[in-house]
Amino acid sequence: MVASQTNRENSAPRLLDLYRTMVRIRAFELACEAAHKEGKVTGAVHLSIGQEAAPTGVCSNLRRDDVIASTHRGHGHTLAKGAAAETMMAELYGRATGCCGGKGGSMHIADFSVGMLGANGVVGAGIPIIVGAAQGLRLRGSDAIAVGFFGDGATNRGPFYEGLNWAAAFGLPVLFVCEDNGWAATTRTTSMSGGPGIAARAEALGVPTTVVDGNDVEAVDEAAASLIAEVRGGGGPRFLLCETYRLKGHTVHDAAPYRDPREVEERWTRDPLRRARDRLLALGVGAAEIERLEAEEEALIAAASASAEAAPWPLPAAAFDDVQDNGGAAWAN
Amino acid sequence: MGELSYLEAAIRALRDEMRRDPLVWAVGEDIGRGGVFGQYRGLQEEFGPERIVDTPISEACIMGAAVGAALVGTRPVVEMRFSDFALCAIDELVNQAAKNRYMFGGQGRVPLVVREPIGLWRSSAAQHSQSLEAWYAHIPGLVVTAPATPADNLGLLTAAIRCDDPVVHMENKNLWGLRGAVPDGDHVVPLGVASVIRPGRDVTLVTWSATVHDSLVAAEEVARQGVEVEVIDLRTIWPWDRGRVLDSVARTGRLLVVHEAVKAAGFGGEIAATVAEELHGRLRAPVRRLGGPRIPVAYSKPLEDVYRIEPARIAQACFELARAAAA
Repeated sequence: MVASQTNRENSAPRLLDLYRTMVRIRAFELACEAAHKEGKVTGAVHLSIGQEAAPTGVCSNLRRDDVIASTHRGHGHTLAKGAAAETMMAELYGRATGCCGGKGGSMHIADFSVGMLGANGVVGAGIPIIVGAAQGLRLRGSDAIAVGFFGDGATNRGPFYEGLNWAAAFGLPVLFVCEDNGWAATTRTTSMSGGPGIAARAEALGVPTTVVDGNDVEAVDEAAASLIAEVRGGGGPRFLLCETYRLKGHTVHDAAPYRDPREVEERWTRDPLRRARDRLLALGVGAAEIERLEAEEEALIAAASASAEAAPWPLPAAAFDDVQDNGGAAWAN
Repeated sequence: MGELSYLEAAIRALRDEMRRDPLVWAVGEDIGRGGVFGQYRGLQEEFGPERIVDTPISEACIMGAAVGAALVGTRPVVEMRFSDFALCAIDELVNQAAKNRYMFGGQGRVPLVVREPIGLWRSSAAQHSQSLEAWYAHIPGLVVTAPATPADNLGLLTAAIRCDDPVVHMENKNLWGLRGAVPDGDHVVPLGVASVIRPGRDVTLVTWSATVHDSLVAAEEVARQGVEVEVIDLRTIWPWDRGRVLDSVARTGRLLVVHEAVKAAGFGGEIAATVAEELHGRLRAPVRRLGGPRIPVAYSKPLEDVYRIEPARIAQACFELARAAAA
């Protein structure tokens, strides 16, 4: 395994783009959290606050026809892959105009039109799916690649082993991205894991692994660029381990009392947005420009929320749509 | 009209579909060598290892990968070797394949076929003998097929591959060698359509898979004593041909469902309940079900036979139904 070394050649314009995506994700998550408190967004909602750098740095190196699979914590991946905040927010509000017509909600957010093949309510379940997507793309003669996002918790599930082994055995064009946020639901992952760690597990399955500071968006961007070039070039699967931290609870219902507040406080000092912002200032980008960008993204999300709230609810009859072609709607009882 | 075995019919279905559509491919353990029963024999020679794909023993990944490959536009045929092993891939089938289209609001389709060999076969014991079709019928999103004849294996497997829904295609291990007439040319058996394989006026007998043949033996037996049984091979378990079954029971007033699967919570319960709901006033006898006892399948012959439904028991049930009606 290699630790990613960043040579800091990223120019300010590139970092501004990355920062814009991270600000959009953060604003989306905060709006979602607020809407949940007001009862406008319901169900299980898993926020990615603190983890914005990994989806941003990886997806900024993908083409529209590349495909990704995400997790229950999937808003960031979806936005970073290019989905519209408006249809995503409408989905969270359960409206007919949502990207899944109100059938999915937060845990099943997806936008196939931008190659985002779905969040998933089952930990690790996206791994075999994305491996198969890569196999299907290869069968079709496409040079698109597949990227599977998952968390540290997934590395204790069987599909992780089966999926990595499979990708290595078939030499498939897959980039595995593990966001190690330290917590598997409400349990510290290291307390439930044997062996020397996630990177060693991936390497043992034959997938070359790179470890990166997952809160440094430039480092993620740089590592992803190089790994994606290798994958697209036919080099077989690669594994990117992003070390990050979940700044909020497992779900919006979880105040995370099982964590030492000092640990969380210390982690906020490594907030990926704050770090990128400081770096932009250090690169000579003016505060006014940064603030303008932030205001634009916050306005975009505010507009998405307002539009979602005004959008129509789905008709009850739509509950019978898209079950299956054979034996679906006819069996409404 | 030629003659093929049930196994040869399946090879022909897959070969014809792979020739017709370059995006059809198969994936599973040992299929390059022909598969555990020989049901893929000769296919890797024709289509190569990229389309007849041998895999590690990783059922979850076989099924999950097929879901992903289906989402990007290919049509995978998944081999599970024994239906019992599909239980290692149940999240991938039930939570992923079956629900993908629905939970993402119709953005994707999962046109995969899962081949799951079922049934009692050569003392295979508890983990290689099950018939779990009722589980899958319970899952919105899935189609479930269970052919009893070579022609229906050809026609239903072809329909399953062409269908955009995920299909669980349950072939019966005890029928691989069964020979029968098979139509030449393109042969598609529509999903959801049962087949009346023996007309009769006294009792409607609904069955599928291997017990179709035991039921026919029983029907001939009772016919010699004046009881005419209408045998309906359901062929597709979901969606089941409710119309054809109700029409028949409306005429006979008597229903017997026979399946190899455990009777308790078996799919026969759904059929019996539907008939009771729809035709209560026209029934001339209480509905009857025959299915396996609620025990795992044992290895030793006398113990395995406890699970087996012999034609004599089916005949007995037919007589009892006919007598109840006369009373």
